[in-house]
Amino acid sequence: MSSQKLAWNIRRKALEIIHNTRSSHIASVFSVADIVAVLYADILKFNNKNPKWEKRDRLILSKGHAGLAVYIALCESGFFSEKVLNSYCKNGSYLQGHISNKNVPGVEVSSGSLGHGICIASGMALAAKMDNKKHRIFTITGDGECDEGSVWETALFANHYELNNLTVIVDHNKMQSLDFCENTLKLGNLCKKWEAFGWKVFEVNGHDHAELKKILKKQDKKKPTCIIAHTIKGKGVSFMENNILWHYRDPQDEYYLKAKEELEKEKL
Amino acid sequence: MREAFFVELFKIFKKDKNAILITGDLGYRLLDKFRKELPKQFINAGIAEQNMMSVAAGLALEGKKVFVYSIANFPVLRCLEQIRNDVAYHNANVKIISAGVGFDYGTLGYSHHATEDIAVLMAIPNISIISPFDNYTAKIAARYVYKNKGSFYVRLSKDKINDLVKDKKNYDIKKPAEIIKGEKIAIFSTGAIIQEAIKTAEILSKKNIKIGVYGFAMIKPIDKEYIRQIIKRYDIIFTLEEHRINGGFGSKICNIISESNNKSKIIKIGLDDKFNFFIGDKQYLMKINKVDKMAVKKYILKIAVKNYDFQEKKCNKKLLNKL
Ligand SMILES: Cc1ncc(C[n+]2csc(CCOP(=O)(O)OP(=O)(O)O)c2C)c(N)n1
Repeated sequence: MSSQKLAWNIRRKALEIIHNTRSSHIASVFSVADIVAVLYADILKFNNKNPKWEKRDRLILSKGHAGLAVYIALCESGFFSEKVLNSYCKNGSYLQGHISNKNVPGVEVSSGSLGHGICIASGMALAAKMDNKKHRIFTITGDGECDEGSVWETALFANHYELNNLTVIVDHNKMQSLDFCENTLKLGNLCKKWEAFGWKVFEVNGHDHAELKKILKKQDKKKPTCIIAHTIKGKGVSFMENNILWHYRDPQDEYYLKAKEELEKEKL
Repeated sequence: MREAFFVELFKIFKKDKNAILITGDLGYRLLDKFRKELPKQFINAGIAEQNMMSVAAGLALEGKKVFVYSIANFPVLRCLEQIRNDVAYHNANVKIISAGVGFDYGTLGYSHHATEDIAVLMAIPNISIISPFDNYTAKIAARYVYKNKGSFYVRLSKDKINDLVKDKKNYDIKKPAEIIKGEKIAIFSTGAIIQEAIKTAEILSKKNIKIGVYGFAMIKPIDKEYIRQIIKRYDIIFTLEEHRINGGFGSKICNIISESNNKSKIIKIGLDDKFNFFIGDKQYLMKINKVDKMAVKKYILKIAVKNYDFQEKKCNKKLLNKL
């Protein structure tokens, strides 16, 4: 499946599931949909028949509240059935509202409290180095998540240990949970900040698949990589874009119909 | 309850410009009034709980009355050492408010199940814990923590629970409130889960079994003398909490009873020492984890009533001691 088709499927299915289960974080899922799609369609090495295949690349979703994007990508990549996917957020389901790896094939690590996943990713990258393994470790964090001190602790750590097998993708949608980042804690120039911590930094349009694909393939000889992906929170549905309400709200009634109509227009 | 707490707190804040509310990037809608109408008293510290907690301590040490807000585990576990060292050790005038506790955020997953917060804070000196069990006690908690200097943790459920406290005039947040008077068997509970205790008592009252229900808002420190007096009236006490059995409210009650001469039997109902790998809404998770009304009823029938001779009004002590 092309990354474009996968991204569309993520958005379309997420709309349906979030609408049905009245769950939250739709805008966060839409923001990261293209990044996740390009990773699963074109970048990550994995084996859906053997999710624990040693040589697989690891993806750790540090902004665990967008777990549905990864669940859909895994389902579309053959890790589990549509039926399992549709149990998301329902009673008794393993598909928790924040990403969880318990009994969910393909999910590496559970998260949900921000500022953890990215540090676990450093540990996994260090382990790969120790054992001379060649797989790569990717992790996606939110820009609001970059408020957490632990993010910068691991920025120091990964640089110090020359974890060039680690790639952090910052989903830089300029928003967090109550407001824009700018009105919460100014992040300043994220590229310069990561550079100052010794990382190889790239800046991309986080919705441009060709660009993402090109940059995600890069790996420095020594430095860990940070990709600042400029994104739009709620990308794909006009009224959700850049509107904090959709961090929480589940689309119902006319909102659902309008969102569906907009997405269907973009169907590939 | 969280609404009741913050409506009251807003009134307090309007009168006291020295009261400051810091949030860890949460409280959409709930804190809107503070954000819009009292911007000088409202700080969004971002998603950075450790810094937030230490900043709160700093503000408090310079004379501010600081309320720190976040949800579930974030204002406790995420910044536990900051609470211990910076807030509690310094006796800082910081009130930590967590909304959405226990299984309130059931479907959001394990990271959002606040089921160990009481236990960890029970172990830390200088910090009081208040776990309101209805809208009224939530409101009183706001007033109480504001008026009393020092470090507090207030554990607020998302549930809206109509006032359960009957004798409001004499209500003292430090003492348990008698919600239902019972005979021989009583349930001690704290937080929103008291609703399950009340429902159990209602079900069993139809079988002519009168279960007492006591609501505890302040659970640390706890009024030992008062508890000893209540337990004198009962043979079997059940504790019920939306929290791990280990180290929680029930453990605290157990300690008190074990230190007294009273021979009441105590049985703790709470969450086992294991994570749930699945999710669900609050009712579902309470049912699966055997802390809902049906489970409590079963416990009571199986353990207490079976061993109790209602004619003789006496427990079969021999059987009871086997429990
Ligand atoms: C430690 C911690 N604090 C608070 C939260 C609650 N929370 C969930 S999502 C979110 C905002 C995240 O913003 P960002 O990282 O920018 O991700 P976005 O949804 O904007 O993509 C917050 C504060 C959390 N999950 N973890």
